[in-house]
Amino acid sequence: MTSNNSYNDKKRPVGVIGAGSFGTAVSMLLSKNRNVILYARNPEVVEKIKTERQLNGFPLSSNIEPTNDLEYLARECNILFPVVPSSGFRLMMHNLSPFLHPYHIVIHGTKGLEVSLGEGESLNNPDTSISRENIKTMSEVIIEESITLRVGCLAGPNLAREILQEHPAATVVASHFEEVISIGQNLLRSNKFQVYGNNDLTGIELAGILKNIIAIASGALSGLGYGVNARSLLISRGMVEMIYLGKELGGSAQAFIGLAGIGDLIATCTSPLSRNFTVGFRLAKGETLQEIQNTMEETAEGINTVHIVKKLFENSPIRAPITEAVYKVLFENLKVAKALELLMRSPFNIDINFL
Amino acid sequence: MPLYLFLTRGQFMAKRKRRKYELIISKTREWPVVLLTKHRDEFMEDVVEESFEKIIQMCPGKAALREELETTMYRERLRIKTMPWKADPPDDTDFWNYVKASLVSSATNKDDHAERKLLKEIITRYVNEIFSTFKPSRHRLARRIVIGGFRRLLNATKIKTLTGAITGKHTLRDKIEITGEIEQLRSLATKGIIVMVPTHFSNIDSVLIAWVIFELGLPPFIYGAGLNLFNIGLFAYFMNSLGAYKVDRRKKNLPYMEALKSYSALAIQRGCHSLFFPGGTRSRSGKIEKSLKLGLLGTAVEAQRKSFQEAEENGNDAIKIYVVPVTLNYNFVLEAPLLIRQYLERKGQERYYFEVDEYSTSYKIFTFLVKFFTKETKISVSIGRALNLVGNYVDKEGNSLDQYGNIIDIREYFMSDGKITENLQREQEYTRMLSNVIVKEFHRINKVMPSHLVAFVGFRIWRKQYPKLDLYNFFRLPVDELYIPYNDFKSAFEIIKEQIFRLHEEGKVDITDLLQQPTDVIIETGLNNVGMYHVARPIIMNNQGNIITQDLHTLYFYHNRMDGYDLEQFI
Repeated sequence: MTSNNSYNDKKRPVGVIGAGSFGTAVSMLLSKNRNVILYARNPEVVEKIKTERQLNGFPLSSNIEPTNDLEYLARECNILFPVVPSSGFRLMMHNLSPFLHPYHIVIHGTKGLEVSLGEGESLNNPDTSISRENIKTMSEVIIEESITLRVGCLAGPNLAREILQEHPAATVVASHFEEVISIGQNLLRSNKFQVYGNNDLTGIELAGILKNIIAIASGALSGLGYGVNARSLLISRGMVEMIYLGKELGGSAQAFIGLAGIGDLIATCTSPLSRNFTVGFRLAKGETLQEIQNTMEETAEGINTVHIVKKLFENSPIRAPITEAVYKVLFENLKVAKALELLMRSPFNIDINFL
Repeated sequence: MPLYLFLTRGQFMAKRKRRKYELIISKTREWPVVLLTKHRDEFMEDVVEESFEKIIQMCPGKAALREELETTMYRERLRIKTMPWKADPPDDTDFWNYVKASLVSSATNKDDHAERKLLKEIITRYVNEIFSTFKPSRHRLARRIVIGGFRRLLNATKIKTLTGAITGKHTLRDKIEITGEIEQLRSLATKGIIVMVPTHFSNIDSVLIAWVIFELGLPPFIYGAGLNLFNIGLFAYFMNSLGAYKVDRRKKNLPYMEALKSYSALAIQRGCHSLFFPGGTRSRSGKIEKSLKLGLLGTAVEAQRKSFQEAEENGNDAIKIYVVPVTLNYNFVLEAPLLIRQYLERKGQERYYFEVDEYSTSYKIFTFLVKFFTKETKISVSIGRALNLVGNYVDKEGNSLDQYGNIIDIREYFMSDGKITENLQREQEYTRMLSNVIVKEFHRINKVMPSHLVAFVGFRIWRKQYPKLDLYNFFRLPVDELYIPYNDFKSAFEIIKEQIFRLHEEGKVDITDLLQQPTDVIIETGLNNVGMYHVARPIIMNNQGNIITQDLHTLYFYHNRMDGYDLEQFI
């Protein structure tokens, strides 16, 4: 038991859950400092990694060991990095939970929300009204589903492909526990990767989540062929909207003006590598949401986030014009050009009134 | 009242047999609080030593230490000037003059010996103030006064004959209903240390909770009682005998706060069950506490970690600490009119205020008690499920459970790098999490009474009629123009009642049996009981059968009891 929970034991591996592109990137970052056990839900993927030693087109370090066994993962590692889509996050935690001990540290990298509703209720049901209690960030899911308390998250401009190509980048580790922040920093830091700490866990999670809404809108602007003026307008107004929503959901304004807020917002709003940006871009080019989702390999969290946030604030005095416009485009077949017209007419008068 | 004092010991013992719960430790001399008093000197020395070390750590160097001492001295002298109390020691002025003189004379010394010595003297003085000696004999007497005396009172008024009074058919038990996890509490009190955390609405709480602890067969708990209560003769007597230590809220200086925290932590480590009101003071608003004071709660977390550390070093079993939330549910709060005014003043712009207690004489409290025992009303005490120090439920055996009911090892929460470590930031975070769980438990075990519901419904209906007025202007409305036709009141009441039943089914609140009656009966009971002792009644029915109020402030106070359940959206 005792030897089981030494965080600084260099020989003890660190666990990553989820073999998507960001899971791969996190594994590669960690592998520079420690041995890594990478969990993939699909046994075929595990086999493939073992034989081909590569994932999503990138070669894997030799000290990354793939597995399909959560119990083995939790026994071997006392620090875990879950990086799975929000839609499967709770089930994954539920399956992992029996193997977790109070000494485990869990730092997730999922920028999405989860909504839990009563029987017969759904986001599409006009009679259903949801409150903050119904929606959960991933750290809240971790605490609900398991006994772990030492929880943190990763957020920031971390496009997986650029990390894998070893471009310089940085991330934020957020946690209420200084211990978790410093462990996360020690494990992830390298000469190409800087790690900042923040103690507003909810705020940092929300920054990463809400920026995806703006990313879809930004992609749509690009799809319409507009340039930098339009994008800057969107980014700065998007920032204001994020802060309003974020404060309402339990984050502080400060969280949004750091690397995980403005930093991540700029990255996802300007890069065609971003999935959420791509969704917007293709919508503007005339594809339907269904067509886009059918051909995307990985989840664009922003779609679900728009749905949840729109529902959450529809009966509240908080105005979220960009979210509403994106919602109409995604789910009510409004043309992107029409939505933009609506947005431009809406009375944005005050530049900044939240600081 | 003194009648019962003439009971012989035999009669007293005979009465004792009727108790519902046997004492879990029958020998008084084995009670931890008695042992603490017995080893008083050694214990106090430890408290002084521990707080001294902590303060030295926090103020490294002569300059920092001097600054702390000077601030303390300045504030203390100001306190003596502006807020002197009867309970203050007579040599207060002399002592602080001496501190001042010492500080002046040691200013140019190179070393900090003088400052250290002074700090130790101050802490020793504080610890002596805080400590109160527990006397088993006096405890027995106080207990008999509470129990016997009240019973006589109750029976005299009920049966109106002297014989009825002496045979004692009615007991305090008829007036005070204790529900919830009683068996678990009794069981855990033999296996570990209990830290009881009740909601706090009234000065009566301290005495009430002491009775509850006795009634459940538990040895006395130590608890911090506001020094202002020791100004009141009647209370002082009970407090001194029920294991209370003194907390002086006027003293906010570092040496005092540290002495208090060390006192609480070390008493827990020495096996004393303890009790503190985690809200700090009485809830001024009438709301169930939403944010708790983390200082004392933190000492419990620290004590638990230390106990694990010691156990690891010595290879023995660690003492386990259990936190038990308790709610006290009243139809009335004696001090309500005063409390709510203070609350509104503070929420307004009044930032400073001096504690003036309207109900500060023994006579007033006595007359209140007479009223309480002679009128038909009940107090209900809900004992919550025990929690460990990070907010997990524990089972009857004292094992911590995860959300699926599996046993977990709480030690592992305090571990890093393979062993139990001291990490104050981590413990602060655990304390914060624990306090959130306690607040949630308060709302869950809170027993809704008819009186709470009528106050809530009445206030909401009137408040909704004036959405444009802010709260302060709303309170200026002339109350004689406000009324609600009974049928309107009833239909709104039914909506809220339904919501309460829904919340109850979801396990988010508890209800009294009284709510199972027909709506008209519940409303009647509620109107008869809510704030029944106030001169101006918060809500009543007039001759025309309409619902009216005589005091919106106290109505707001009682309405606040239902705050935090999101019921506002329904009216």
